[in-house]
Amino acid sequence: MAAISLQTETMAEEVKLFGTWASVFSRRIEVALKLKGVQFEYIEENLSNKSPALLKYNPVHKKIPVLVHNGKPVAESLVILEYIDETWKHNPILPTDPYEKAMARFWAKYIDDKLLPAAIKVAMSKGEEQKGVIEEIQKQLKTLESELKEKKFFGGESLGFVDIAANTIVWLVVAQEALGMEILTEEKFPVLHGWYQRLVDDAVFKECMPPREQHLSFVKVRFGSSTPSK
Amino acid sequence: MLKNSFLCSSSRVSIASLTVVAMADEIILLDFWASHFGMRVRIALAEKGLKYEYREENLWNKSRLLLEMNPVHKKVPVLIHNGKPICESLMIVQYIDEVWKDKSPLLPSDPYQRAQARFWADYVDKKVPQLYHELGKKIWYTKGEEHEAGKKEFIECLKFFEGELGEKPYFGGENFGFEDVALVPLSCWFYTYESFGNFSVEDECPNLMAWAKRCGQKESVSSSLADPHKVHGFVMEMRKRLGID
Repeated sequence: MAAISLQTETMAEEVKLFGTWASVFSRRIEVALKLKGVQFEYIEENLSNKSPALLKYNPVHKKIPVLVHNGKPVAESLVILEYIDETWKHNPILPTDPYEKAMARFWAKYIDDKLLPAAIKVAMSKGEEQKGVIEEIQKQLKTLESELKEKKFFGGESLGFVDIAANTIVWLVVAQEALGMEILTEEKFPVLHGWYQRLVDDAVFKECMPPREQHLSFVKVRFGSSTPSK
Repeated sequence: MLKNSFLCSSSRVSIASLTVVAMADEIILLDFWASHFGMRVRIALAEKGLKYEYREENLWNKSRLLLEMNPVHKKVPVLIHNGKPICESLMIVQYIDEVWKDKSPLLPSDPYQRAQARFWADYVDKKVPQLYHELGKKIWYTKGEEHEAGKKEFIECLKFFEGELGEKPYFGGENFGFEDVALVPLSCWFYTYESFGNFSVEDECPNLMAWAKRCGQKESVSSSLADPHKVHGFVMEMRKRLGID
């Protein structure tokens, strides 16, 4: 769905996003803001030298992303996504039906609690251990694939909450290329692979992806000493 | 409507034992009596004045229904509403709040305040496993240095919550809400940790203790939390099973 750019007649809104260019979490927020056509100021943080502003806005976790809306901070990516959806109500990213909403929240949390830690672990492990983690991830991808079924996106006809959270899979694909692993292949996951292609071809999502070559180099430098496992 | 492939058809749930009265909501809660997460859901159901069937699960021998209704995590609590399962306690509480929205709202209506409530509930969720399974367990399961270290860190966690609560009656402000539901089940374990840890929550965190008592005065909370002495007995049993006593 094309982003609609808004011109608010009322008081000017000040929206800031503190993030980092390669962060799966802050990129989610960029996608949501762009889907809603919300103008925002992006502030790139240096995580080894966090700004006083970041520490002020997120004293509990001291992490990005933080959304600051008219001076008021919101932290934790899934919490921020819900806040965005409730504040700018057009182009909804969550379903309105409470049951469907509960399911969307469930799958987003599944991605963050299971898939994401496994994706980090697979990049950091080698040999037999890595093979074990790859198998674990593939089971998780199968689970997600069963949830997707024949839908165009997890959100239905257009990107929704779960698709945005599942940007994790895009990061996983970058990692598998950078580190020479084979995890998500078209052969093993035809349905999920189809979804992945639609996701990365989506006009808004594409705009919010880290530049590919830079992202690949970043992953190689960060995790590159692992032995590739096929 | 999107159907989750893991749903049992509602006819199977009906066969599983219930008489469904047309038009009435059918609510089943699969739970374990001492579960922090299950208590959250019980509180939310009680806040809304909802009638439901409580089914006690044996976590060491999970029912077929539980495994069918929550195949991904195989955990309690699971709310089954008119045959459809909802899993993950905070999601269940939000679901309950959204479906039965006209009574005792647990989340505020303002998006920013809702975000703050969700942020804190998420924080509690990140801390709960550590509090029970790591630090709490060190308190009732270990001795010596490990015991002392566990106790110290446990108290520090409580002090952090104490700091966040401040002078407010509830975590969200004037009214009992989502963040309180997220945390208050821990209070029925205080007696157990105090006994094994030889400390007093009231001495260490007077505001937090006052908050726990204030919440406990609510019928929805007192009827949902496990009896602290029963919890203590449960831990004594676990210690025997693990060969400590």
